[in-house]
Amino acid sequence: MKPIIDLINVDKSYGDLRALKGVSAQIMEGEFFSLLGPSGCGKTTLLRTIAGFEDLTDGVVLIDGKDMDGVPPNQRPANMVFQSYAIFPHLNVGENVAFGLRRKKMSILEKKEKVKEALKMVGLVGYENRSSHTLSGGQRQRVALARALILRPRVLLLDEPLSALDKKLREQMQTELRRLQRQVGITFILVTHDQEEALIMSDRIAVMFDGEIAQLDSPQELYSRPKTKEVANFIGIMNFLPAIASDAKDGLIKVKIPGLGDALIGEDQAPSGSIGTQIGIRPEMLTILLSDDQKAEKEVVGTVVEVNYYGDMSYYSIALDGVTEPLSVSMRNTAGRKVLEPNDKTRVGWGAESLILLD
Amino acid sequence: MKSGRFLTLFVWVYLLFLYLPVILLPLFAFNTGKIIAFPLKGFGFQWFYELAKIEALHTAVWTSLKIAIITSVLATILGMFASRAATRFSFPGKGPIMGLIMVPLVLPEIIVAVSLIVVLIKVMGLGLSIWTIILGHVLICVPFSIAILNGAFRSLDKSLEEASVDLGETKWTTFRLITLPLVMPGIISSLLISFVISLDEFIIAFFLTGSEPTLSVYIWGMLRFPGRIPAVMALGTIMLIVSLLLLTASEYFRRRGLRRSGVQDVGGFI
Amino acid sequence: MKKILKTEGANGLLLVSPTFIYAFLLLAVPIAAVVTFSFWTQNYLDLDTTFTLDNYRAAAQEPIYRVLLFRSLKISAIVTLATVILAFPIAYYISFFVPANRKALWIFLITVPFWTSYLLRIFLWKVILGYNGVLNSGLKGLGLIDEPLTFILYNMNAVVITLAHAWAPFAILPIYVVLEKIDRSLLEASYDLGESRLITFMRVTLPLALPGILAAAVIVFIPTIGDYVTPKLVGGPSGLMISNMIQLQFLKANNAPLGATLAILAMLAVVVTLALLWIFGKLLTWFNRNYFGILR
Repeated sequence: MKPIIDLINVDKSYGDLRALKGVSAQIMEGEFFSLLGPSGCGKTTLLRTIAGFEDLTDGVVLIDGKDMDGVPPNQRPANMVFQSYAIFPHLNVGENVAFGLRRKKMSILEKKEKVKEALKMVGLVGYENRSSHTLSGGQRQRVALARALILRPRVLLLDEPLSALDKKLREQMQTELRRLQRQVGITFILVTHDQEEALIMSDRIAVMFDGEIAQLDSPQELYSRPKTKEVANFIGIMNFLPAIASDAKDGLIKVKIPGLGDALIGEDQAPSGSIGTQIGIRPEMLTILLSDDQKAEKEVVGTVVEVNYYGDMSYYSIALDGVTEPLSVSMRNTAGRKVLEPNDKTRVGWGAESLILLD
Repeated sequence: MKSGRFLTLFVWVYLLFLYLPVILLPLFAFNTGKIIAFPLKGFGFQWFYELAKIEALHTAVWTSLKIAIITSVLATILGMFASRAATRFSFPGKGPIMGLIMVPLVLPEIIVAVSLIVVLIKVMGLGLSIWTIILGHVLICVPFSIAILNGAFRSLDKSLEEASVDLGETKWTTFRLITLPLVMPGIISSLLISFVISLDEFIIAFFLTGSEPTLSVYIWGMLRFPGRIPAVMALGTIMLIVSLLLLTASEYFRRRGLRRSGVQDVGGFI
Repeated sequence: MKKILKTEGANGLLLVSPTFIYAFLLLAVPIAAVVTFSFWTQNYLDLDTTFTLDNYRAAAQEPIYRVLLFRSLKISAIVTLATVILAFPIAYYISFFVPANRKALWIFLITVPFWTSYLLRIFLWKVILGYNGVLNSGLKGLGLIDEPLTFILYNMNAVVITLAHAWAPFAILPIYVVLEKIDRSLLEASYDLGESRLITFMRVTLPLALPGILAAAVIVFIPTIGDYVTPKLVGGPSGLMISNMIQLQFLKANNAPLGATLAILAMLAVVVTLALLWIFGKLLTWFNRNYFGILR
């Protein structure tokens, strides 16, 4: 795989505000890449520098090996799906989709054929003559997609394309976008603040905080091996406990966790690369041992403080002896499994392989 | 709702007050009597016929139309520049610059008239012509044009223009293909409002008029001759109808513009 | 960074420049010229360009100018007060009592009478208020009066009535706009928190409408002070205003410097009044906050 976009020390300032602080990343050809982060982290700014709407303060953006400095948006092989979809209200669906073809040298018939194809691709067969303000939110988004994809860009940029849709439609569009991306094989770069959306759709995710990429990894790596506490907290929920770790010996690190006990973990469980001062463990990695015959590698005793019942899942807050912060524990509500009440005493089981050592 | 009933009564009395002169206008225009007073004599079109015979009036109408058309075009073009700059860019000195441009809105017209006469006639020594009136009228119409166009430009989603550039169009073709069609209703609205303002304006025209009087200056002259007044009433009736038609058209275009850009209509300019 | 600011700022400036240059050349420069003129004098046909305060001295000493200026201020103030006070209930009615889909129609209804020729509208008031006018003949016909009323034409009253009519929509519209912007849930919240309708009006509606009321006052006050047509047509000798004198000096007496001086004084009067109005607005807000807000 070769990189289609190469970001080298990209810097962008608005007055005193440094929106991008030397961002470097490579985005590969044909991958579904997400920029994930809270609002104001610089993800949209980064996307707009790739599209050419923002000039760089410093650094280089290469698309397909070519320096994009001074290349206006209309000459870049990247097209964008805007957050508001930017469907031209005075044009109908067909005219919207054909908009970028105006300057292409081809016959009207060819253009019509292309529009038809593009609309078919997004599931809007026969919508050519529909007026654009009769469209629903989901349909507008499809038109925006067709309009960008009809130009066969090397890269498709999507700026929070699903944020305006309701939950059901959003979930449906997530799978559909993923399918579409595989089908056309074009690199998609998605900006989103929704971690679940990024995990579901992406090949790789760059998590951004405060103008910098905190971690760039596959969804699984990000979730199971977050490099910083911030990343761990942003993607899913993580319990943190202070810990004392010894230096690695034969690829193993010994950690002492007050309240939880001692454990021996692998070097790969310290993804930040240094020996940290706290361990993290995800709620679903902790098990509530309901019957006496259930066993776990390690176990401790605690008291239920709070229960949040979600239907398929129950989220518990459990206070352990000798630990100040209660731990968050999640359990799937499988057949016959009872839901605990506050003040119930219970045993909580855990394993050393699910620990993450962090700074 | 006792207070509501009082309020309603007040509103109707107030409306009567507002409409009193307008009701009288056609009443006297179609009255066959020579004196503007009650009781009315009879119904007839004679004053409208008389209008057709006054040649100086036709010249004045033509002069006013020329002035109003040129004014509305110039004011709308200048308004577009300023409105676009104000809604899309931040630039040094924006507040004072826009302030100066909008000042005629809050300046007694006589001040505008006096200052123009001082500069154009006393300082530069230019003669009076329809162009001196046009210069003054453009000055007072630009703020109205900007007020209307600001709405049009502001309701234009910036990403529409970005999308067009992203899809391969240049800045200029984007303006032609996207911006212009979407703000066109505002432009038409601005043209019509400027046209009506210029047509009705008196003070500046009175100060700056040369050998060709405008319609309002001509009417001013006619008001001194009691015999001419019924004809003036007929003229006023025609002007009222024309103004209302233009305004209805302007409002229609403004709403169509809002509908087009998908904005819910709220209140509006008129 | 510098580059971006420069290009955006430069683009904006470039775009605004045609309009700005126009306004500068035909407004800023002329007003500066008027100011300069006011320090010169007219010597029959020649202009004496030596700097002098003679015109200002004349304006201060000759009672006629002082009388006209103060009368103009007085008339404008009364007109503004009357117009705004009468306009508020109308704006309130349209905003709060008229159903949403009919509001635009009502606004249209309010503005229709003002698209007749300005001159004719004022002339028609002369017809209405005159000795044998519509009002007098109407009242006589109803047997309410025996002799025609004479205090309603060719004096200040006539000017006030006519101007209050002429500027009505300019007062109604700004007040209507701010009333429309008031979030209706604020009023419900106030009722919900136990306030009566009257107190809600005082504590919520009125303070929120204040900017619109002040805007209306400014919009009515400024043009009326410079009005020429109304005093000339319905004012009679006791209803003439400063503009009539300015016009006289420029077009009849051929004394442009004195006319310029009077224009400057009229403008200064406007500025001073605006400043007072602004302070009044601030005081009102302060008063409202202190006596209707926290303390209550």
